[in-house]
Amino acid sequence: MGRYIPETVKEQEEMLKEIGLKSTDDLYSMVPEAARLKDLDIPSGKSEYEVFKDMKALADKNTVYSSIFRGAGVYQHYIPSIVKTITSKEEFLTAYTPYQAEISQGVLQSIFEYQTQICELTGLDVSNASVYDGAVAAAEAVFMTLDRNRNEFLVTETINPEVLTVIKTYCESRDVRLTMVNSKDHKTDIEDLKKKINEKTAGFYVESPNFYGLIEDVEDMAVIMHENKALIVEGCNPISLALYKTPGEMGVDIAVGEGQQLGLPMAFGGPYLGFMTCRKELMRKLPGRIVGETTDHEGRRACVLTLQAREQHIRREKASSNICSNEALCAMTASVYLAAMGPEGLRNVALSSYNNAHYLEEELAKIGFKRTDKGEYYNEFLTDSPVDASVLENKLTEKGVLSGLNVEGKILWCATELNGKDKIDELINAIKEVL
Amino acid sequence: MKLLFERSVSGRGMNYLPKADTGNRMPDEKYLRKSRLHLPEISEVDLGRHYTELAKQTHGVNDGFYPLGSCTMKYNPRINEEIASLEGFTQIHPLQPAESVQGAMEVLYKTEELLCRITGMDALTFEPAAGAHGEYTGLLLIRKYHQERGDSERNVIIVPDSAHGTNPASAVMAGFKVVNIPSNENGGVDLEALRNAVGKDTAGLMLTNPNTLGLFDPNILEITKIIHEAGGLCYYDGANLNAIMGRVRPGDMGFDCVHLNLHKTFATPHGGGGPGSGPVGCKEFLRKYLPCHMVEKKGGSYVFSDPEKSLGQVRTYYGNFLVVVKALSYILTLGKEGIREASGKAVLNANYMMHRLKDHYHVAYDQTCMHEFVLCLEDLKKETGVSAMDIAKGSLDYGIHPPTMYFPLIVHEALMFEPTETESREVIDEAVKIYLDLFEKAHDDPEYLHGAPHHCPIGRPDETKAAREPVLKYSFDE
Repeated sequence: MGRYIPETVKEQEEMLKEIGLKSTDDLYSMVPEAARLKDLDIPSGKSEYEVFKDMKALADKNTVYSSIFRGAGVYQHYIPSIVKTITSKEEFLTAYTPYQAEISQGVLQSIFEYQTQICELTGLDVSNASVYDGAVAAAEAVFMTLDRNRNEFLVTETINPEVLTVIKTYCESRDVRLTMVNSKDHKTDIEDLKKKINEKTAGFYVESPNFYGLIEDVEDMAVIMHENKALIVEGCNPISLALYKTPGEMGVDIAVGEGQQLGLPMAFGGPYLGFMTCRKELMRKLPGRIVGETTDHEGRRACVLTLQAREQHIRREKASSNICSNEALCAMTASVYLAAMGPEGLRNVALSSYNNAHYLEEELAKIGFKRTDKGEYYNEFLTDSPVDASVLENKLTEKGVLSGLNVEGKILWCATELNGKDKIDELINAIKEVL
Repeated sequence: MKLLFERSVSGRGMNYLPKADTGNRMPDEKYLRKSRLHLPEISEVDLGRHYTELAKQTHGVNDGFYPLGSCTMKYNPRINEEIASLEGFTQIHPLQPAESVQGAMEVLYKTEELLCRITGMDALTFEPAAGAHGEYTGLLLIRKYHQERGDSERNVIIVPDSAHGTNPASAVMAGFKVVNIPSNENGGVDLEALRNAVGKDTAGLMLTNPNTLGLFDPNILEITKIIHEAGGLCYYDGANLNAIMGRVRPGDMGFDCVHLNLHKTFATPHGGGGPGSGPVGCKEFLRKYLPCHMVEKKGGSYVFSDPEKSLGQVRTYYGNFLVVVKALSYILTLGKEGIREASGKAVLNANYMMHRLKDHYHVAYDQTCMHEFVLCLEDLKKETGVSAMDIAKGSLDYGIHPPTMYFPLIVHEALMFEPTETESREVIDEAVKIYLDLFEKAHDDPEYLHGAPHHCPIGRPDETKAAREPVLKYSFDE
């Protein structure tokens, strides 16, 4: 068995003796007999070597595809080596939430830098230190829009279904009435949005690019929401923001999104991070940790957790959210990634993804997989499938390729900067063999 | 020190990727970003050094003693990091076909099984990403249970006054009202107050045992019985499970659901405040309400299934998967004997440290503690003017991370110590010596401690200024 306790059993006995006890069991004398566990029914411990071997065997049972044409909320990108090198530093990895600012400037400053970068990406004023993932960020944003008179919320049908389920769960527990806004050809139907707003509507959530990859008319929607004294929340793709109009430029009040693309591996769903930014008027409604800059008594620059009057450890049942841990190390990862890529590098990732996806669309069309939607899209699009989508998936898996996602009998394809011409041509040849 | 943005020089930086070889298309002008994107432009060497400097200004578990109460800052084994960075775990998409991720599903299935045995529960979800997120999920289970039985009047969650702040906050988020009940003179739940608090509106109780005073409540079976007889359910806050794992199970104490903090009890690193993982376990009768995407074994393979009356989802996919991988490695390494030895040593270390401090410092509840104990510095403050904060800040100069300060709220001038099992006697002896020195210093030179720390990268920051004139991002010149 492996153990991480420094002392031998004999040394532990000496410690027990010093505090006047005979055995460790004496420390548990107050536990009622009926509640005591006689035997913990799990296997005995193993050496580090054996555990590694067993866990490696589990990892090897998973298929690591040589190319991936599936996104739908989670994307494979290139992660520079420097990102992992920096974020594996033991100080960052093993520290707790930076309550003691004097010995936590490293973590605090990195969050301050992260907040700055997220504000830059989204064009909004204030960012928190991250939340659990993009879906939770969206759900928390819904709560930010509510007030005493407005407790209804609108969500577009073109939303990522995983995000929708999380928003629904969060809203149900707080008795927020959720109404879906219809879509036409996989874009939000603005006429339906107008129809569904009323004096109780607190806000509206829309993603751009949306689940089907399409760019939504967010600017027009923002105008409609504001005319009705309600707020607009945009779910964004952080890489695409290097290229497309920012939420800030489009009049959005709160921008949220999944930060996985910023230097984190797909990792079967996590850990990821949700980013949240808003206009400064909404600052005190923003949930979660926020880092601010101040000075110490000698006037030196210092970063601290701030605006804590919103938080659970001060306000208890009156807190704006229950969030305590966030995803600090993931936020640092995002920050290192953005710093490594720089403005041009990030724009290049976005443009490559855009071009690869459009080339993929053209090549797929030539072999009978026609795009089914119209309008501007970023790096994902739907096509018809001349063969059964699940048959195609299986056949391509045999060739080490993960196909697009089967959505309503169609296929949602995705390309990032990692799906260049060679990968796409390979895919097309592989599909031809299947057909 | 300088910010990333202050190290940026226009035009600098690495090219990590080639230009696209599929064309030079651009989206239509009307869709394009107009505002300048200020990201750092920085060479890789300067980027690396920036973070090395930041790392030097960060105290992690490997930098020294970290007795932060209720946070279980134990050693994070390195092998778990290596295992969690295996390609077979990191390079898989959450929406891959189930047949292609059987190993990952086995990780979830196995860890569920092991944690159920450790907690005395029957099913467990990994969706919650942190402790507070787990609390929220557990409370949604309780809410769903009452709703499905048509018992919609039950809208009160009872919380003792010693509870973690997340407990009442989570209850409100889950749509409940909170009733606080006082602690008795021994630091446990006041049974009389509890009996008076329960009724037809009782949805449940949230309790951590051992509680935040580090005390195991000997009346625990009576407590859970009172709640059950009133028609409520019992929720176990697993933040303090490290004291009792392998020895007492929440399920055997009468709890119906529980959250665990894998980043505390099961040795996964805290990452400066996340990613954590807060799985929620429950008894059989609650299984049908658990979040979607549960892993089941059918025939020889693993499949995903949504429970019949699932409460929905609190996060996407299957939670913080890589954190679960690390926790599984840890449990397999320790095994049944190791788990039990870890809790025993954690409790021994706390009692040993408390024993060595109590001649000088006032222990809030002088009895055998579990994995943590609380000092009350009210008398010291009256005598010398030196507060719990001053002592905590004083310890920073010795390379010790302070204990949890001013918590639990029911002890004045509280300092809460949790040494954890992975600290040796020598480390604790050294820390005791430092705290005794600080005690003396409080009497000899209180001014010195009011100004502490003196040897850290910064002194005490001006928090009032930070909150009054919030500066929450760097301002670029243009």
